[in-house]
Parts: sequence; C-alpha cells; structure tokens
Amino acid sequence: MSTPFARTFATAGRVLAQLRHDPRTVALMIFVPCLLETLLRLIYTHRRLAFDHAGAPLLAIFPLITVFLVTSIALLRERTSGTLERLLATPLGRLELLIGYALAFGLLAIAQAVIASALTLGPLGLHVRGGAVLVVVLAVAVALLGMGLGLLASAFARSEFQVVQFLPAMILPQLLLCGLLVPRAQMPAALHTISDLLPMSYAVDGMKHLTNSYTASAAVWGDIAIVLAFAAAALMLGAGTLRRRTP
Amino acid sequence: MHGRDVHVRRGEVQALAGLSFSIAAGRVTGLLGPSGSGKSTLIRAIAGVQAGVVGELSVLGHQAGSPAVRAELGYMPQAPSVYEDLTVAENLRYFAAMHGAQVGELLERVGLRAQAHQLGRRLSGGQRARVSLAAALLGSPRLLLLDEPTVGLDPLLRRELWQLFGELAGQGATLVISSHVMDEARHCEDLILLRDGALVAQLTPAQMCARTGAEDMDEAFTRLIEHG
Repeated sequence: MSTPFARTFATAGRVLAQLRHDPRTVALMIFVPCLLETLLRLIYTHRRLAFDHAGAPLLAIFPLITVFLVTSIALLRERTSGTLERLLATPLGRLELLIGYALAFGLLAIAQAVIASALTLGPLGLHVRGGAVLVVVLAVAVALLGMGLGLLASAFARSEFQVVQFLPAMILPQLLLCGLLVPRAQMPAALHTISDLLPMSYAVDGMKHLTNSYTASAAVWGDIAIVLAFAAAALMLGAGTLRRRTP
Repeated sequence: MHGRDVHVRRGEVQALAGLSFSIAAGRVTGLLGPSGSGKSTLIRAIAGVQAGVVGELSVLGHQAGSPAVRAELGYMPQAPSVYEDLTVAENLRYFAAMHGAQVGELLERVGLRAQAHQLGRRLSGGQRARVSLAAALLGSPRLLLLDEPTVGLDPLLRRELWQLFGELAGQGATLVISSHVMDEARHCEDLILLRDGALVAQLTPAQMCARTGAEDMDEAFTRLIEHG
C-alpha cells in the first residue's frame, strides 16, 4: 500500500525528473528573465527611477508566464497521452497530483526568483526597499497562480497549439491592466474596476509596495494573501476539470 | 466480477447496449470483437474511468472505480501511456510508487532491461507498449485489465507474454485481455465476444470451435458474428 504523502512526493519527484531531462527549457526559464531585466536596465540607462518602477513588477510577472506555460502544456500532455487516465485508475488522488505539481513548480519558481532577483537587486542595482526575501515569497505565490491558470487552460484546449494561445488570452489583458503601463488609479473607472478583479494587479501592487516603502510589510502580505486566494480558487476550479471518469 | 444491463453512451454512439456478463476470478478472460464493438469502453468502465456508465457493474465485490478496487487494479490503456520525457526505469518507479510497490524483475519479464535508461520518446512502438504493460503489472494487482497488450509485438515475445499472463492467473490474479486478433483467443480460458456493444456469446475457446465446427479461431469468430 502507498500513502497520500508518498504518492504526492513521488509526483513532485517525477515532475522534477521530467524537467531534468529537458535542461534547455529550464535554462530558458532561468536566463530569459535575467536577460530581460538586463535589457530593461540598458534601456533606462539614465533613468534609474524608471528602472525601479518597471523592473520590480517584472520580477513578479516572470513566474506567472513561465509556470502558466509549463503547467498548461504538462497537464495537456497528461490528458492527451493517457497518463492521466492511467494515474486516475490508481489510488492517486487528484489533490495529491496537484500538490505534487505545485511542489515541483514551486521549487522551479524559487530558483527562478532567487537568480533573477540576485542579478536585478545586485549588479543591476534595482532598488527594492522591502527586501529580497519578500520578492521571492511573492514570486512563489505568483507561480502557484500561474499553475492554477495553466491547469484551467489545459482543460479547455485540445492541442498544444490551442493551449499556448491561452497565454495571450488569459495573461496579456492582465498585463495591460495591472498598472505596469498606467497606474491603476489613473485608469477609467470601468477599467479600474476590472483591474481590481484580476490577480496580476495584486502581484504588481505587491512589488510596488516593496519598491516604495521600507515598512510596507503588512500591505505586501495582504497582496500576497490575495494572490494566493486567487491561486487557490483557480486550482480548485482546475481540480474540478481533472475528472476521473471521461467520455 | 459481473455486469448487468450495462449501457454506455459516447456522444451519438451507443458504445455498450445493455451488456450482461460475468468474469470468473483467477482466470484469463479474452474480450474479443471487431474494432468499434465496445471492448475498450467495457475495459474503461470496469477500470472506473469511463463516464456515463448506466447499469450494475460490480468488481472485486465493490462498485467499479471505487477506491478499494483502484488499490487492487492494474490497467493498461489502449494507447501506450508512458511519459516520453522520462526513462523506462523512471516511468516504472513512478507508477510503482502509486501502489507502494517495487519494480523488481519486471524489466526482465517484459524484455526491457537494456532500455532501462532510455527516454520514452526514443522507444519503438513495441517497446513503448511493453513499458505500458509493465506499468500495469506493478504491485501484483488482483485484477488486470489489459487493452490490446500484444499489438505490434513479435510472435516470440507474444508467446512469452501469454505464458506470463497464464502464470499470473495461476497465482490467483484475474485477467481481462482485449484483442481483435482471434488467434489469441486460444490462450484464454474464457471468451466474451462483443459486437456493436452487445454480447454475442460467452464461452470457452473449445466450445467456440465445437459450436461453429470451425478449424481455426478466425473462422469460428466470423461464423459466430455472422450467424450468432
């Protein structure tokens, strides 16, 4: 007999083993954020404040995009290759499967956030008053959100072509409305209300709080809690799409 | 295991139409029929992964798909379902962990010792099918549901596998094996013949030959399907 604990950790280990066999993907996930932050720093060579305001939110946006993509494609493959059907005919529970994935992708998000923040806050000189540890915590919360949204996308796509199209559909509107381009307070009222309902707004708010204030801890934890609540809701909805019995 | 008046609708198609059958424990039962006759649907229904099953379907004394059954079940889906980005050994270790089992000698039994460290995507179709089969055998399940396990395998390996299936039944396992190759029917102890989602006959290979007066299984099956 196996225990829920053993099955969950076996799943996390399996997902990490899959990533290990794909070093190119992992390298891209780690180095592309570094490259983009460097590029941003060069664009804003003479405008350090602007770099602080754009570079910090980006640190919270990378894990959303990265984990959204790997989750949506990994789960789509599980659904279409028959491995999910096979797993759901074993004692494995759906929650165990999802927690296993979350552990593996959480580790990936930590690695990405630590390396990207080390470069951005160190050599590139991004100024985050709130501290690097909270940047990593926020990144992990955002990664779980990316996983929840990716899981949902995988339920509504029939092919990998379709599933990657959910990235612009589900992520880009949030990117436009999250306050990165125009502060949310300056948006038309209707758009401001919509942005209040989108999780990325709170991820970016959190990074802004971290950038602007030494004592923003409570506000940052509030933003992190909201992002985690959205992540939990998306994961619950997504879990509902992982049906043991399929047509 | 038995089913009574089992119906399954898949979209517009009535995949199983009021099927009643019983399968004896500790024996090899062959599930035969032309493609589209409902073999895979029946196997999926018994495995508890088929949606829309109406009727009574009792497996190992429980309802099909209940947690108690899943702990005792080895299921090999029709499509070879293995992770392409894991090695053969990693695939089996993971599926073994679902049952708290060890991989042990299984790689030898399915003839894949040499491929243990090859990625799933580098395997040939037949090798992939064998990994998929091995994954179903992990943990010595009491009930084995194998959907076309010998498709695309060479005759030598097919013979070895049928020998293995016989051994497993000898140790008390119940095996349900689907095939559309009638020649394989003679390896089974019982046969369930399906056509259009309904039962044509349930009998032993010897009875099938005697009833139809045919020399080989192909001919016997054709006569049964055409004349009932």
